[in-house]
Amino acid sequence: MASIRALGVLSRMNSRRPCLFTGHAVRNFASSAAVLARTHVNYEVKEDVAVIRINDPNSKVNTLSAQMESELTQVMNEIWANDAVKSAVLISTKPSCFIAGADINMIQACKSAEEVTKLSQEGQMMFDRIEKSPKPIVAAINGSCLGGGLEFAIACQYRVATKSKKTVLGTPEVMLGLLPGAGGTQRLPKLVGLPSALDMMLTGRNIRADKAKKMGLVHQLVDPLGPGLKSPEERTIEYLEEVAIGFAKGILSKKIPLTKEKSLMQKVQDYVMGIEFVRKQIYNTVNKRVMKQTKGLYPAPLKIIESVQTGIEQGPEAGYLFESQNFGKLAMTSESNALIGLYHGQVACKKNHFGTPQKEVKTLAILGAGLMGAGIAQVTIDKGIRTVLKDTTEEGLNRGQQQIYKGLDDKTKKKSITSFERDNTLSNLIAQLDYQNFDKVDMVIEAVFEDLHIKHQVLKEVEAVVAPDCIFATNTSALPIKDIAAASKRPDKVIGMHYFSPVDKMQLLEIITTDKTSKDTTASAVAVGLKQGKVIIVVGDGPGFYTTRCLAPMLAEAVRVLQEGVDPKKLDSLTTGFGFPVGTATLADEVGIDVAAHVAEDLGKAFGTRFGGGNVEMLKAMVEKGFKGRKSGVGCYLYKEGTKNKEVNPGFQEILGSFKMTPSAAVSSDADVQYRLVSRFVNEAVLCLQEGILSSPVEGDVGAVFGLGFPPCLGGPFRFVDTFGADKLVQKMKRYEEVYGNHFTPCQLLLDHAKDSSKKFHK
Amino acid sequence: INIVLVEGVRTPFLLSGTIYNDFMAHDLARAALLGLLNKTSLPKDAVDYIVYGTVIQEVKTSNVAREAALGAGISEKIPAHTVTMACISANQAITTAVGLIAAGQCDVVVAGGVETMSDMPIRHSRKMRKTMLTLNKAKTLSQRLTLLSKIRLGYLTPELPALTEFSTNETMGHSADRLTAAFGVSRREQDEFAFRSHSLAKKAQDAGLLSDVLSVNVPGKGIVSKDNGIRPSSMEQLEKLKPVFIKPHGTITPASSSFLTDGASAVLLMSEEKALAMGYKPKAYLRDFVFVSQDPKDQLLLGPSYATPEVLEKSGITLDDIDVFEFHEGQILANLKAMDSDWFAQTCMGRKSKVGVLPIEKLNLWGGSLSLGHPFGATGARLVTAAVNRLKKEGGQYALVAACAAGGQVVFDL
Repeated sequence: MASIRALGVLSRMNSRRPCLFTGHAVRNFASSAAVLARTHVNYEVKEDVAVIRINDPNSKVNTLSAQMESELTQVMNEIWANDAVKSAVLISTKPSCFIAGADINMIQACKSAEEVTKLSQEGQMMFDRIEKSPKPIVAAINGSCLGGGLEFAIACQYRVATKSKKTVLGTPEVMLGLLPGAGGTQRLPKLVGLPSALDMMLTGRNIRADKAKKMGLVHQLVDPLGPGLKSPEERTIEYLEEVAIGFAKGILSKKIPLTKEKSLMQKVQDYVMGIEFVRKQIYNTVNKRVMKQTKGLYPAPLKIIESVQTGIEQGPEAGYLFESQNFGKLAMTSESNALIGLYHGQVACKKNHFGTPQKEVKTLAILGAGLMGAGIAQVTIDKGIRTVLKDTTEEGLNRGQQQIYKGLDDKTKKKSITSFERDNTLSNLIAQLDYQNFDKVDMVIEAVFEDLHIKHQVLKEVEAVVAPDCIFATNTSALPIKDIAAASKRPDKVIGMHYFSPVDKMQLLEIITTDKTSKDTTASAVAVGLKQGKVIIVVGDGPGFYTTRCLAPMLAEAVRVLQEGVDPKKLDSLTTGFGFPVGTATLADEVGIDVAAHVAEDLGKAFGTRFGGGNVEMLKAMVEKGFKGRKSGVGCYLYKEGTKNKEVNPGFQEILGSFKMTPSAAVSSDADVQYRLVSRFVNEAVLCLQEGILSSPVEGDVGAVFGLGFPPCLGGPFRFVDTFGADKLVQKMKRYEEVYGNHFTPCQLLLDHAKDSSKKFHK
Repeated sequence: INIVLVEGVRTPFLLSGTIYNDFMAHDLARAALLGLLNKTSLPKDAVDYIVYGTVIQEVKTSNVAREAALGAGISEKIPAHTVTMACISANQAITTAVGLIAAGQCDVVVAGGVETMSDMPIRHSRKMRKTMLTLNKAKTLSQRLTLLSKIRLGYLTPELPALTEFSTNETMGHSADRLTAAFGVSRREQDEFAFRSHSLAKKAQDAGLLSDVLSVNVPGKGIVSKDNGIRPSSMEQLEKLKPVFIKPHGTITPASSSFLTDGASAVLLMSEEKALAMGYKPKAYLRDFVFVSQDPKDQLLLGPSYATPEVLEKSGITLDDIDVFEFHEGQILANLKAMDSDWFAQTCMGRKSKVGVLPIEKLNLWGGSLSLGHPFGATGARLVTAAVNRLKKEGGQYALVAACAAGGQVVFDL
């Protein structure tokens, strides 16, 4: 931290050119050793262009850490002071990263909003000097250019980017509950216009290079090169540098204009945006949309809009001040803390902690071409793994293949892949009705109907035809793996892989190991999951594992709430109002009422009365009437093709009528209903940790958020307990326990945390 | 069986949209075929088979070899077929002929190639085509009217034949510019090479060395007997040209890429026995060939680099043994650098060491595709004939022909 403060002082000292040299000398004098040992930033003067190369030797990505910023400042000072240098090129020597953003740890290490604000202001000042640089600076971008990296790039006079798939630009701060705090909210609107700037900052989405060029975010594109006299990566960066140097010289000789002739559309847009009334309308509309989407649970998007607005309406000084102050404030919010925690958790769950498997899975077989099976196949074939999709009927197989084709074709239509890539990917898919060539399969994932007998039968069939080292993974949402493995001759090769529907959209994969599953089997399953692009939690075996087990009591409570007369729409709005992306009634329809009934019954048997609440018979009654949820077009709601507005199913209301229960007024306020639902979820999650089903709270949080849609702003059940307070939660649960009994009995671990407030799941 | 080349000819190669403007492809192909027959005084009934290569097919004459043969008065009993393999289509035609003779199927085969870019099949959009085809089947007036009413303005946008790789959607010029960048070929080197090509072509033309060029009578326009794309200029002029594919920082200009060309070529191949029996003095033996293919995106035009060492090894000779090199001038500089790179040989070609330095003083001494032009389907036969004629003129023993093509394939004749 000391160095960054020094840097701040320095940059203020050097805000005018004549001072620069002095500043540089002082710096040199004060810490000449540090200068000599520059490790992150270096530069070389080619003719009259200074080529600044950045590379953090300790990491795969470059971040704007204290060290990086301090070295950058040193280098910039030297460049500004050097009369032989007329322009500069800023480039990263990493093959797939320009600058991935600010150093999150640096922000998290701060104790107060003021401290973070100061970081922001230092960043603002540094980029202000870059923007005002008398020597044009060309940012040469290859790989991710995100957050602070993008803010740096847009402060430069010119931007050249490689047209590679790895090159993405964006401001993902909002996803961490922050705002772009180094001038981003001020510069972006000027560069790409108000609507695009707000869209970028509010969604945090990645923008590909070609799109960035169209938006005016970068000036020129450079094509990535193939193999030549060196490796493609190396030569591409070298080429980017050569081209960027050409542009730097061109800018100096006025051959390359810094501003593009504006198109008519652009001029019209600028004119329209010049009208205050129009801008106000935009702020209002965007504000409303944000409120609708976030239910006001996320402060960052609102602050982003306000920050942009302040800059435009009250001038840069006010804008920059608002930006830095609110950056500081946001960094201290629990929402930001939760989101950053999830980010770290996600990174941790994208690693294989079980080592490299002995045998790489090159051919994977999937049994059952249903929604799940086909989904798993889709995310496998595009990773270049030969995939056998087996079903028992021609019809089922055809349906599965159509689903996969459609999934890939949609990507083609969105232009994220070419039609050729689509066809090439599909060539990895082999569809068949028998077990032909299963002796060459490295892993089998079965996704057949959730019935123990069928699973046993399939397992035996498979073991009869595959090689002895073939892994058998079962995709089930509730059946204990050891029960399935009971029929196996090689239980060490049996593992659970619980995918979430729709497989190509849901990020989570829950891997379940029994005490017989070998470590190599686990390593292999994780390796396959990672290849499929999944975020992975590895949990212990038991009814419902982790995710289904947490969801079941919440669904049981939801059924009770419905039986107590709460309208499904009201139930949905209460849950989304708490931060769940999908309301519970809708979620039940998505999961499938039949599945929910099945799970409720199974887990009810396994865990006893604790899993009670709503009446399972009600779900069964629904299934009998064919109200199986979205897949049957009718569940709690009626689903009609082509319309998003859904009506409550009158038939369902009829059933509800016959299962009516009387609510207890003491625990039926809106807030109480919310906490009844959430506390049962959270208590079960904590119990999973207590029983060792979960090996860490991090995995518990990641699983709940990415698999079940637990409110991201709360960071997951464990983060929620930490933030909300275990004691307060226990108090609430005790109140509910009085009315409903053991459904709400807090588990021991939760009680321990309630007793001792220093106990936290996350440090 | 020894397979010999008896003679090779070509029509003058002309800039598209000039004198051959009204010709269809089979007209050009016929001109080359007739020219070959006349030059060799080969009886029309002595031909056993005809193969032509072409790239952009005229739908009306999809078997252009057959149409040319019929028009040239060759017996309708002589079979003919057309092959396509992008810029090495004529090479494919020649090697097909070699195969036919080697297999004992034929003794006398004419192989050639043709391309016209002055006319090409421009199609209706897919939607329009669909509507029109359904219209054919519509029985009642009301059915027809309903169909017609579905036509939207957008349906009328025509579809041009694309010079892009289907699999990568990248134009060849764009790919070539990336290739030169990958191999660090400078703008200056390319300009110098283009300058060399035009200068050498001009010299060869003036000295009458391009003896394979026929005189073609173009109805209503007169006789053409010279290539018209040779434009020797100065380095200063070349430096002024702007890049055409990657703007503004690319390095390939109109001078360092070949222009759109119309033309046809043909060679007469026989078994040695037959040639001697018919009293011909063969010009050269065709010894060996190889086709290779690579990644269509990043190595589209690198075929010669891969094929050269392979065909040399197959024939048991070395680069030093070769007296005449005729390479298609499509990114030839990148290929020269690739062959001279240990990294490329080891990483991409799976060889222990580099192929070596290709002696540029033996390369394309009578001009090349940059100056003479490049009618896609016809270039292959021009290269072979030029190589053979140079061998005779220069008194060499071995010649090596190489070309690169879309799809990354290459041929060698020796």
